Amino acid sequence: METVKKHFFSDMGVMLGRSMRHIFRSMDTIITVTITPIAMMLLFVYVFGGAIQTGTDNYVNYLLPGILLIAIASGIAYTAYRLFMDMQRGIFERFHSMPIARSAPLWGHVLTSLVSNAISVVVIILVALIMGFRSSAGVLSWLAVAGILALFTLALTWIAAIAGLSATSVDGAGAFSYPLIFLPFISSAFVPTESMPSVVRAFAENQPVTSIVEAIRALLSGQPVGNDIWIALAWCVGIMLVAYVFAMRAYKKRV
Amino acid sequence: MQNQAIQVKGLQKSYTKLHVLKGVDFEVEKGSIFALLGSNGAGKTTIVKILTTLLKHDGGTAAVNGFDVASRPDHVRQSISLTGQFAAVDEILTGRENLIMIAKLRHLNNPRQVADDLLNRFGLTDAADRRVSTYSGGMRRRLDIAMSLVGKPQLIFLDEPTTGLDPEGRIEVWKTVKELANGGTTVFLTTQYLEEAEQLADRIAILHEGKIIANGTLAELKKLFPPAKVEYVEKQPTLEEIFLAIIGKKEEK
Repeated sequence: METVKKHFFSDMGVMLGRSMRHIFRSMDTIITVTITPIAMMLLFVYVFGGAIQTGTDNYVNYLLPGILLIAIASGIAYTAYRLFMDMQRGIFERFHSMPIARSAPLWGHVLTSLVSNAISVVVIILVALIMGFRSSAGVLSWLAVAGILALFTLALTWIAAIAGLSATSVDGAGAFSYPLIFLPFISSAFVPTESMPSVVRAFAENQPVTSIVEAIRALLSGQPVGNDIWIALAWCVGIMLVAYVFAMRAYKKRV
Repeated sequence: MQNQAIQVKGLQKSYTKLHVLKGVDFEVEKGSIFALLGSNGAGKTTIVKILTTLLKHDGGTAAVNGFDVASRPDHVRQSISLTGQFAAVDEILTGRENLIMIAKLRHLNNPRQVADDLLNRFGLTDAADRRVSTYSGGMRRRLDIAMSLVGKPQLIFLDEPTTGLDPEGRIEVWKTVKELANGGTTVFLTTQYLEEAEQLADRIAILHEGKIIANGTLAELKKLFPPAKVEYVEKQPTLEEIFLAIIGKKEEK
């Protein structure tokens, strides 16, 4: 009996090409994803910033890591949306009745999320540079920042996959991202946690965003990173693995 | 080599509360057009999904091109193509890109050439580089069927291919299906339109309350009824005939 050949990587490549075309043909997704964080950055730097005591002389430098996380959290809502739309229309059924790797369509969306969020992050960093963001970080530190952001994106993307695969309406597919977008506000992303009441402070200091923000901030300002980076990585990898298991389960149920 | 493209025996399927298929049996001969007829919710789509490996059945057996759908789904997928109830096309891509995408997923040697040929065959060359979202319902369906033909599968499933189409679009699809069968492809078709089955199918099976209650050629099915009585009835043109005559695209019979 001849076996059926599988071409996981080329199938995934075709899927990636497909959804990247979707993104470039509806630039509004990239614009919406970048414009809100940029507006927030302008607001915080030029309106609230003067009143916020962070102990750093440049508030843009302080703010940028949190802004990037917000951008990623809103970016992955589109991944959930695209997945949901694919499930609704017949196209996933066509893919799944074809002799292709079973999980290629899903991985195509995950990779697309990674690429499109990388684009938004670069755009936001460029705007921050214009607003006076400066970094003394070397190539290795930048690579570490990129790595953390990529892991964070993957972790949230798999959460988005669960939402996109199990939602029953378009609104439901996107709604899960609101708490994720909100999370950076109750962290050290905008203000140091020392100013918060004790209960809020306890939450803020022990939720994933704070350690991720602190790690990125330290890397970008060339300061010792300490334990934050390991806590940040542990959060990202942990969330990613759990979300992956649930997303795959939801996927297998649907196909 | 056996002569049956599809063999279904005692097929059972239940959803949480609903016993949809209660022992379905039928066979489809290679190279024929087989129509599965039934009202909405009769389980036609469930059968299509089981045969195209999208859904697991609870009991009985189903084999497609000699491969058991449950134990050898990969082999089944190699030799079939599905055109589902809702046009499985990518709206944001162009017609050409849709076809190239499928050709690449089927690992054909020259995706661009394959796409050009199919666009030409389905009269979509002029619209090839437009986004599918700008296509009419009939064009979308044609592209959908064209995508199913990429890689020349031996058996194609068409799940209610004309639902939601205007009369012109429907006739376009009928023409396509006839051409397919003439080219030796086996066609498994579901429909709720009796006329469609009558027009196209070599064999017709009627699915009702979870079972096949009749299965045969049109002539055989007609024999199930009392012999025709001759009556003189004034033949009024149907609104459809009037519509088609006015727009000047009367179907060739």
